Amino acid sequence: MLMSNVRLLIGTRKGAFILTSDGTRTDWEISGPHFAGWEMYHLKGSPIDPDRIYASQTSGWFGQLIQRSDDGGKNWEAVGNEFNYVGVPGTHKWYDGTQHPWEFKRVWHLEPSMADPDTVYAGVEDAALFKTTDGGKTGRELPALRGAKGNLWQPGAGGMGLHTIILDQGNPARMFVAISAAGAFRTDDGGESWKAINRGLKSPYELPDPDAEVGHCVHRIAMHPARPDVLFMQKHWDVMRTDNAGDEWREISGDLPTDFGFPIQVHATEPETIYVVPIKSDSEHFPPEGKLRVYRSRCGGDDWEPMTKGLPQKDCYVNVLRDAMSADALEPCGIYFGTTGGQVYGSADDGETWTAIVRDLPAVLSVEAQTLP
Amino acid sequence: MIRVVLPYHLRTLAGADGEVALEIEGPATIAAVLDALEARYPVLRGTVREHGTLKRRAFIRFFACKEDLSNEDPGMALLEAVVKGEEPLFIVGAMAGG
Repeated sequence: MLMSNVRLLIGTRKGAFILTSDGTRTDWEISGPHFAGWEMYHLKGSPIDPDRIYASQTSGWFGQLIQRSDDGGKNWEAVGNEFNYVGVPGTHKWYDGTQHPWEFKRVWHLEPSMADPDTVYAGVEDAALFKTTDGGKTGRELPALRGAKGNLWQPGAGGMGLHTIILDQGNPARMFVAISAAGAFRTDDGGESWKAINRGLKSPYELPDPDAEVGHCVHRIAMHPARPDVLFMQKHWDVMRTDNAGDEWREISGDLPTDFGFPIQVHATEPETIYVVPIKSDSEHFPPEGKLRVYRSRCGGDDWEPMTKGLPQKDCYVNVLRDAMSADALEPCGIYFGTTGGQVYGSADDGETWTAIVRDLPAVLSVEAQTLP
Repeated sequence: MIRVVLPYHLRTLAGADGEVALEIEGPATIAAVLDALEARYPVLRGTVREHGTLKRRAFIRFFACKEDLSNEDPGMALLEAVVKGEEPLFIVGAMAGG
């Protein structure tokens, strides 16, 4: 396994960075900033052609671009930047309760296909799902998603973004997405129809109706490819789990010091081992007591242990955003996360010990680990 | 030739070095300059004005001869000094505060 290499794709508020190491994961080379000064929401490589990398480059001034690299991030090409909703976009719920037209703002997440390097799904704000089959040059919305009570979806304070896309390698017709603040959704027919899968979620402070089908502020969903019916969720508050592909969720927050947070990650080879980074509250987006702790459960939730070795245990007030945690596929498993303070931390031993790979990047928006031959 | 000064990020995106000189056929208007700019650098489509509507993006400004032309009709004739190449048309990212 030491012959393998690891590449981390880091999106930040002011550019992208690429971190590479051999399988020891002790010494890292850092390249960047790529697209200096631009917000790089997310970069992700094709699972079947890892040197094919897609990146979301965005700016409040100049709009959205999709960049593509065919050589592992050394060279890039701006391949497309047009995102049009299908038909009349319609309206969703606005902050004041009125209906508001759908307006494209940016791409939050890119999910390359497991079968074709030219096919990529894009989760966008205002929430919708797009698909390209020509390597990012053109894209088309899968509009049925917004038919899943889209008129009731409402932006959270961070915007109404589709931030999570999970593909099922064994069942290409199935896909999961999650939206803030609408909830989680599943298709079983390749995006022709969608079902809200939010039963069991409780959001009494944000959503008084305990039976509300949509409107939950899901922060992140994670799945192990070997267990496609088991999903783990970090909700605004609460860490949740489903064993039937989202038909019913149950809480697994257990003994966490707080169940608020953003990312959730599954171990590469242990489907019941999961990681979260507890954050004090929705009002105070930093670790409780100023101690940055990754919590690990090795039994699928409820029982959690703090991972602290190498992480700051005093005066730490950074946040870890929803797309900013990832795992490699080596043994032991490498876990990585980036902070709003610009640190990228890595563990090469399942989360037991941590080191700062780099400390002073711009605020980290996303981290993706690639395991290379 | 009409001289156009792009903001830094659009220069790097387009791979343009310094000012851009554009030959305009027909009436010299902001719309015609942007048409020519996007024809020369297709990557800039959608970055200065929106796809489809061709409306100026909200945080883009057009300045020339010490005047703010941002809210003028894009079909309005450009000032003579710009048409003659004596003064550039500036495409500017709006101030962001902070």
